[in-house]
Parts: sequence; C-alpha cells; structure tokens
Amino acid sequence: MRSVGANPGRSGHRLSIEAGRILIEAREALAELFGIDDPLRIVFTRNATESLNLAIYGLLQPGDHCITTSMEHNSVMRPLRALEKKGLELTVAPCSPKGELDPREIEKAIKKNTRLIVTTHASNVVGTLMPITEVGEIARAHGIPFCIDAAQTAGALPIDVKKMHIDLLAFTGHKSLYGPQGTGGLYIREGLEKGLEPLMQGGTGSRSESQEQPDFMPDKYESGTPNTVGVAGLGAGARFCLTQGVAHIRAKEEGLTRILIEGLGSIPGVTLYGCRDATRQVAICSFTIHDLSPSEITMALDEEFNIMSRPGLHCAPAAHQTIDTFPQGTVRLSAGYFTTVEEIALALEAVGKIVARSRTQG
Amino acid sequence: MVQDKENTSYRVVLFHSTSGALLAEKLLKKEGIAYKIIPVPRHLSSDCGVCLRFESQDETLVRKALAEKVEIQSFCTL
Repeated sequence: MRSVGANPGRSGHRLSIEAGRILIEAREALAELFGIDDPLRIVFTRNATESLNLAIYGLLQPGDHCITTSMEHNSVMRPLRALEKKGLELTVAPCSPKGELDPREIEKAIKKNTRLIVTTHASNVVGTLMPITEVGEIARAHGIPFCIDAAQTAGALPIDVKKMHIDLLAFTGHKSLYGPQGTGGLYIREGLEKGLEPLMQGGTGSRSESQEQPDFMPDKYESGTPNTVGVAGLGAGARFCLTQGVAHIRAKEEGLTRILIEGLGSIPGVTLYGCRDATRQVAICSFTIHDLSPSEITMALDEEFNIMSRPGLHCAPAAHQTIDTFPQGTVRLSAGYFTTVEEIALALEAVGKIVARSRTQG
Repeated sequence: MVQDKENTSYRVVLFHSTSGALLAEKLLKKEGIAYKIIPVPRHLSSDCGVCLRFESQDETLVRKALAEKVEIQSFCTL
C-alpha cells in the first residue's frame, strides 16, 4: 500500500500496472504450487468458503444431484443443505469413524443427474487425508466435475491438479499458504467456466463498453477492486512455500505430527481420534479427556500453559457425527512448519498435567 | 521499456484484460524482445485499455513467445 497503492487493471499508469503485476505474480506462484499450466485459471476470492460457494452455487441447479462426504466442513455442507431445500438431490457418502473415505462410496452414488462431486482434501477435525486421486479418476471417468476443499492442504501437501484429476480447487490464503486472512482462490479447469455462473457481476477493467459480464478468465469471477494488498501477501506466502519446497514442509510437519500422535496416544485418560498415523493425515490431532469438556481443556491449555487449541465442533458438525464426538466435540491441536519439537513437548506435558489434575479432583 | 525510435514501424498486440497483457509482458521480457505497455490507440477497439507495442520486425518472435501461453485478442498496426 505504501509504494504501489493503485488499482490493478483500471488504468494504464505505471502504478496501476505495478498493482496488476502483483496479482500476476501471485497467480503464477499459486499455479506453480498446484501444477496449473495457465495462471489465469485461478480466481481470487476472500477465503475457501467463498471459493466453495462459487463452485457449488455456480454449477448446481435444482434437480441436479451432488455427492459429498460425511467429513465436510460447513463451507461445503451449508451451501449444499441450502440448495437441498431448493430441490438439489444430495448424497453424503459415509466415512469411517476415523474419517476415512472409500472411493467406492462415491462411485456407487453416481446417477444420471450427478453434476458435481465435492470432497475435502483433509479433514479439519482429525486431519485424515481423502483419496483424492482415486475419486478424481472416478469423477473423470463419468464426466462429472470434481471439486476439492484444499483449505487444510494447499501449501502443506503436494497438489497436482492434473495428476489428481481435480477440476476445481478451493483454497484459502491464511493457512498453509502463509498469506493474510481475507485471501483465497478457486482454480477452474479449462472449459468449466462456460457452465459456471459467477456469484457477482460488476466492473472488471475489461470490455468496459459492455454492460454484460465478460465470459473469460479470470475476469468473469473477479468483479470490483480486488484485495490487492491481501493478494500481495498471498503471493509472498505462496512463493515462500515454493522456496522451502512443499515436500520439505510436508516432511517436517509429518515428523511433528508423529510426535504429537505418539504423545497424546500414550497419556491415559486421553482419547485420540482419527487414523493416528502421521502418513495418512495432516498436522492436526483431535482428542478428548474423560470427564472434562473440550472448552475446559482449551481454557486450561491457554491460560496456564500458553498453548492455543480449538474446542468444540470446528464448524464441521458432520465430521464430529462421523467420528462420534457429537455434540460435545473435541480439542484440536495443530502443528505447523514453524512449530518446534520443544513446543510439542510442552503441549504434551500440559495435557498430561490437566489429565492428572482432573483425576485428583474427580 | 523502449524509447521511441525514429523511422521505426510498430505493431501492437491486444488482450482481453490487463492480466493477459501482463502475462505477455513477462514472456516477452524472458525472450529479450523489446516492448512497451501503452494505452490502446484511439482507432483500435480492445477489451482492455492497455496493449503491448513492439517493433514490426519482431512480430514472428512475439507470436512465437506468446503462442499457446496467453490468449490474445488480436495483432494490429499502430
């Protein structure tokens, strides 16, 4: 904002062009991260929720059928349930109590009017990785667009839209892409934009003599002044992931997750959910302590031990129903690229103390 | 950026949006082809307000640099 500050795509002067370059750089870094050939296939949104709403509302009509899983975040479930009230047919493919999806559950739900398959890439509750490539193959074989919610995985896990047969990829900037809140995007595979309605129309800095929304990428879905300052941060974050190497980031996080799983799993009185296998999940662990509510545990962790955790249902009631922690929920801890082994040890010690104290008092 | 030269003829390539123009700019820069981003001339109509100007003699190089990589609206004479 200090040195550029102008409106990208809205003028020919050098600062406007410079602002436009910021957007292009961010698009290119993201394209490289996800194996996307054409950076203009990436639409900027303000978060993964908006991206998912764009994909879902853009593609589905009453009378269509959509398949999703029982481990989804509300950013997928709520739009689908709202559309269900208006005539959408919805199949929620059941997952195991560890959050695992059998791709055949998706395949057997496919009908003549199935217009979209949308699944999370990794659960935001237990971290379980979904079999994206297999589901993508099934979707591609049936000619059905496949959308993934990559909120938990973009930047943290290698993603290749071609190899994984991904048609729509929804991502947020503020998690493993190290960008600011208020950024995110949707990748739309070539050709799909023809049948995907935008959420808004407006000024795009292109085809200005027309009162009709442009039909080309990314302008069709980018009306109004973008969050240039946010995208500058998102681009820098994406570039950081590329420089560190996503495989390297993944290896580090997997190692931390392993320690967390082993530690939590060995404290008597702690129930740890999910696969309990660092190779099959992202760096997230959900647990409960017998006789204590998740909120009590989170408050103790925060106030006494300086450990930040999230209690409750994590905006994913469906997932908690699947892992059988509904309605009380769990405590969720997550490690990141900057988390240290010492910090994990402190967290484990803190949980241990909270458990011990609950026993003497209980 | 190029200084205007005397006795040089120029062509321009038009795009659907500034995104296209800026992607093209990177491609030309990479190939070392001289260009300038200019407002679209009055006598031309374009989806977007800026275009890339280059020396006419470089047209084959420009077409090759941009082929398959960025969508172009059209090539025109300045």
